[in-house]
Amino acid sequence: MTSARLPAGGHLDRDKTVRFCFDGKTFSGHPGDTLASALLANNEWLLARSFKYHRPRSVLTADAAEPNALVTVGEGAATEPNVRATVLELYEGLQARSQNNWPSVGFDIGAINGLLSPLLRAGFYYKTFMWPASFWEKLYEPLIRRAAGLGEATSQAGAERYEQRWSHCDLLVIGAGPAGLSAALTAARAGAKVMIADEQAWPGGCETPRPDSTSPGPGETPAERQFAELLAMPNVRSLLRTTVFGWYDSGVFGALERPGPAPDAQPAARLWRIVCKAAIMATGAHERPLVFNGNDRPGIMLAGALHTYVNRFAVRPGQAVAFITNNDSAYRCAADLLAAGVKVTTIIDRRAVLPASAQGLERLGVRLISNAHIVATAGRRRLRSVTIARNSGHTTETLAVDTLGMSGGYSPVVHLSCQRGARPLWDPAAAHFAAPADSDGLYACGAAAGYQAHTDCAGHGEQVATRLLDLLGLAPATGSNGQPGSAAFAPRQPDTEPTPAAPASWTCGGPADKAFVDFQNDVTAADLSQAVQEGYAHVELAKRYTTAGMATDQGKSGNVNASGLLAEARQCTPGETGTTTFRPFYTPVPFGALAGQHRGEHYRPRRRSPLHEWAESLGARFTQVGHWDRAAWFPRTGESSWQQAVHREVQSVRQAVGLCDVSTLGKIELFGADSAEFLNRVYCNKFLKLPLNKARYGLMLREDGFVLDDGTTSRLGEQHYLMTTTTGAAAEVLNHLEWCHQVLWPDLQVQFASVSDQWAQMAIAGPASRELLQQLVSDDLSEQAFPFLGARPVSLRNGLNARLFRISFSGELAYELAVPADYGNSTAHELMRLGAPLGITPYGTEAMGILRIEKGFVTHAEIDGRVTPADLGLDRLAAPDKAYVGHRLLRRPALLQTDRPQLVGLLGTKDGPALRAGAHLLGIGQSPSMANDQGHVSSACFSPSLDRPIALAMLRNGRARHGETIIVWDGLQETRTEATVTDPGAMLLPGQIAASPAPAREPSNTAVELPLPVRQAALPGELAGECAPMPAGQLQITVGPPTTMTLILNATNGYAAAASTATDEQPSDSARPWLPGQTLWLGTNPEAGDGQFALDLSHARCNLTVAGPAAIDLLAHGTAVDLESMPIGAKGSCTTALDTITVLLTRLAPDRFEVLVTRSYARSLLDLLILWGQPWLPIGSS
Amino acid sequence: MASLIPCPHCGIRPTEEFDIRGEVPGPRPAADADLQQWVDHVYLRENPRGRLQEHWHHTGGCRRWLVVERDTRTHQVYAVHDASPSP
Repeated sequence: MTSARLPAGGHLDRDKTVRFCFDGKTFSGHPGDTLASALLANNEWLLARSFKYHRPRSVLTADAAEPNALVTVGEGAATEPNVRATVLELYEGLQARSQNNWPSVGFDIGAINGLLSPLLRAGFYYKTFMWPASFWEKLYEPLIRRAAGLGEATSQAGAERYEQRWSHCDLLVIGAGPAGLSAALTAARAGAKVMIADEQAWPGGCETPRPDSTSPGPGETPAERQFAELLAMPNVRSLLRTTVFGWYDSGVFGALERPGPAPDAQPAARLWRIVCKAAIMATGAHERPLVFNGNDRPGIMLAGALHTYVNRFAVRPGQAVAFITNNDSAYRCAADLLAAGVKVTTIIDRRAVLPASAQGLERLGVRLISNAHIVATAGRRRLRSVTIARNSGHTTETLAVDTLGMSGGYSPVVHLSCQRGARPLWDPAAAHFAAPADSDGLYACGAAAGYQAHTDCAGHGEQVATRLLDLLGLAPATGSNGQPGSAAFAPRQPDTEPTPAAPASWTCGGPADKAFVDFQNDVTAADLSQAVQEGYAHVELAKRYTTAGMATDQGKSGNVNASGLLAEARQCTPGETGTTTFRPFYTPVPFGALAGQHRGEHYRPRRRSPLHEWAESLGARFTQVGHWDRAAWFPRTGESSWQQAVHREVQSVRQAVGLCDVSTLGKIELFGADSAEFLNRVYCNKFLKLPLNKARYGLMLREDGFVLDDGTTSRLGEQHYLMTTTTGAAAEVLNHLEWCHQVLWPDLQVQFASVSDQWAQMAIAGPASRELLQQLVSDDLSEQAFPFLGARPVSLRNGLNARLFRISFSGELAYELAVPADYGNSTAHELMRLGAPLGITPYGTEAMGILRIEKGFVTHAEIDGRVTPADLGLDRLAAPDKAYVGHRLLRRPALLQTDRPQLVGLLGTKDGPALRAGAHLLGIGQSPSMANDQGHVSSACFSPSLDRPIALAMLRNGRARHGETIIVWDGLQETRTEATVTDPGAMLLPGQIAASPAPAREPSNTAVELPLPVRQAALPGELAGECAPMPAGQLQITVGPPTTMTLILNATNGYAAAASTATDEQPSDSARPWLPGQTLWLGTNPEAGDGQFALDLSHARCNLTVAGPAAIDLLAHGTAVDLESMPIGAKGSCTTALDTITVLLTRLAPDRFEVLVTRSYARSLLDLLILWGQPWLPIGSS
Repeated sequence: MASLIPCPHCGIRPTEEFDIRGEVPGPRPAADADLQQWVDHVYLRENPRGRLQEHWHHTGGCRRWLVVERDTRTHQVYAVHDASPSP
């Protein structure tokens, strides 16, 4: 293999060699190469096969617009298809392969499609393969899909890590070419907070100056020196290899940052969300190809790309280079190529009059041919010759060339400015689509605004930046060339000759069926004229009919030519034709980058109950319920199946006593003079006369009359209530209460706050539950002293203050005991110890489900948003004589009909097949159909107490059908099972299961001292120790010790809360503004003032500290709050979502943040912080 | 990717911190109002093309219910205020 590297020049590190592999062959290149440049330098020009016709292809561009040179990189799970070889930086060991060919890119069987091309023209889907219709899905489509295509994605999970983060700045400069660099420097020197991003690995834009005597060292260009100045400025964030891919609402831009060249660089990419006050679109311009017969052969590329391969990568393009152009830029390229020692033979100009610069080239031996075009090219795997024709005559001439640079003019890269609905404007003089005039907040600059020469672009950059500084209220730095405050709105006069006029014709001649417009999709000029002939002339229709402008490059090189060709065929201007719609993303963004860390264990946050360690120590198997990890069952040695364990747990509760973690229930404390009235309005049953220290079952409706949630509410004081919600609806109920309080009745004197995380709550159920609890609780628990639905604070004999509720979800004698969360594990272990002689067993959600189904209690399996109280048999609860949420629509005629599905129990046959939730109910002998559907099974289980499958179901007119036999039809299992309809509350009657006689034992001695409870924080000491020793370098994450935290509810009603804001002056450094109208005190226990209420939340929150120079960068992964501008001190505290976890953030010092997080989310949040902190944390700490 | 809401209590925050309930309905009918009035209140919405007032809940921040006035065509946010600003 002969090298095609020029002996000198280029911006490469020639002292080092990088070895890589393409299609199984090993090559070498230098650091600074792209895969494309390294292959060209190895004389490998055939890089790809085209999409439809499998034509041999090489590179068209040297940048991100590349349509041809797509390769697949990596192996196995690390496979990445459709990577543009033109932007892939070379690294040691890179493995790449070509796509869409078999057996090889050199000899590709699929090339036979080229012979069939008349059949595969635009719209062939809809014509050639119309008949018979049934063949489409089974035969035609799979065949077409296999024959045509791009790379294949892997189906294996990759190990890459992707990051996401926010960033804030005054000015975002998109593109670090001459315009972008000058704009960024102008703004940065004036003190603006600037972010500059460029998709390339080097600054300077598309043209690389030839290294000459003005460059002090190899590889250093003026652009690099400017970029280095930006890098050194503290108010500037400068990013290379970063593509700003989208402009979104509210001035938010999305950008994708790729790591430098390395086989296993981490993160694989970083997704930036950039909030800026203004943005400069210095995105440059794309050179357009010319459309002529055979314009796709390897060796034909854009003139500017040829220039880049020579000047930046020192590739010797071939032995004989020609150009075809309709503008002046090719002459500049030709001159540079000649200077680099490349043999340029000919320049073919479409125009009749050549520019002045042409004469100099002629003197250097370049043949100039004016007023001519190319009608054919030859060469299969590499260009051999081009055949030209004079526009004036019919004679043709064939020139032997192996490389052809083409230039059809420049299209400003206006994509970002058009992504929010505005359309680009056709500029007939410049022959390009310009950025829309009204792009509020985003300003086109430099080549993106139509300027061509470097000096013009740089001047325009400074001009636009100066104007924006004025708008942002920042004066330009003194000594700058800009004119402070000058109304620099007038378009700048370019120093060089203007851009070319629109071409006389958008095609150059020759047959049109191999004159490619969209190289990536194999769309030709013939396809477009066919679309027009067949009535698909509208640019959007033509796109869909021909596929021009689709796929990974989205028509970057071809779309303007397509608009021009359509205009020509329709005899209108490209401006009238317009363009297709611009949408994000500008270049492809990996799904992994969009998903960020939300995969695997970080897919969503996980909440841990305060009893998690207790359950874990007893071998619990966990299940996910919403965000919660809940203990599902507790297997014992010798048990062979989960059912065995669950049935034992059920029997234990029915016959002795069981202990279940119910900490996950939502708990909301309410205060205030109108709290009873508030409850009375949100529940459909009455709450005005709930006695002190009593609990009541409550049913909450939505405004449309359907049930929202159920739970118990207890009265703990004259104006103090505690509401519980179901686990699954806890968040929804709090939202609903806030809606009622803030929107419906802001005048009510009521305040409330969630205390879900403050309490560990245990259900103690079974005939021996009272005997067990009496050993722990000092208060008298006798029937008279603590009757059913009793609810009040109690003292434990180990000194703890607790709350006890006599409520049951199992139908047995049962209690719920709540202790401060950090004492949960200790208390549960104590109950297990005390209960051992009574035969206590821990039970999980599976047993809880069976216990409640046996008794006909409902959960959200029944409360599915479509049921009324009457449907559940709870119509007696809905008070007829009061107004509550949902009261009016509940009485709609449709909701009063008796044939609505109603809750029933179903008894399966003994030893019969299982009943399954989701199965439908049918009459005997009926076939399954919508008309015959009688309802569905909502919950089902095998009942160990009844020794048969049972279920709860919603059955049409079910209450009148007790005793009937019905068919349970399970379409998934294809089973029909008979079951008997029963009263859901009468499947298992009280006393049906006899309590097992308690084993003989000593009477419990309540006088024995109990051990003191042990406090166990959500993030225990050893975990704090695991993170704390991180060296005081870039980042420290520490877990604070438990602290007294008291929430003071200040506001008297919804109006008052609305009037107070989080930024209200706080009375003390230990007070944090919580929600409006609420203050959280740390380390002190203040008294509630008049009209205020105090809530102890010491166990409900964990305190983390993130400190160090990287603290802001770390937290910016999760929050959109501008941390750099956040005030220091308690009064600057804010509540925000860190990723999806809500925290209270306080900036204690410039680089020190306090993070208060809800107890149950603390572990998940710490895991996240450590994940985000990986770049800064010492190895092994994760 | 994002759009930002200027919360009157918290400052500028991304939409991910909010739950959206939808168009602000007309006033809640009296308890004993005609059934049709209630049906309209609960189910009928204007769904305009252009300016629209919506109820948003800042669940990832101050937990206040807000009225966000925005344009359904452009997503431009014109104004945001607390849903219970004054008696």
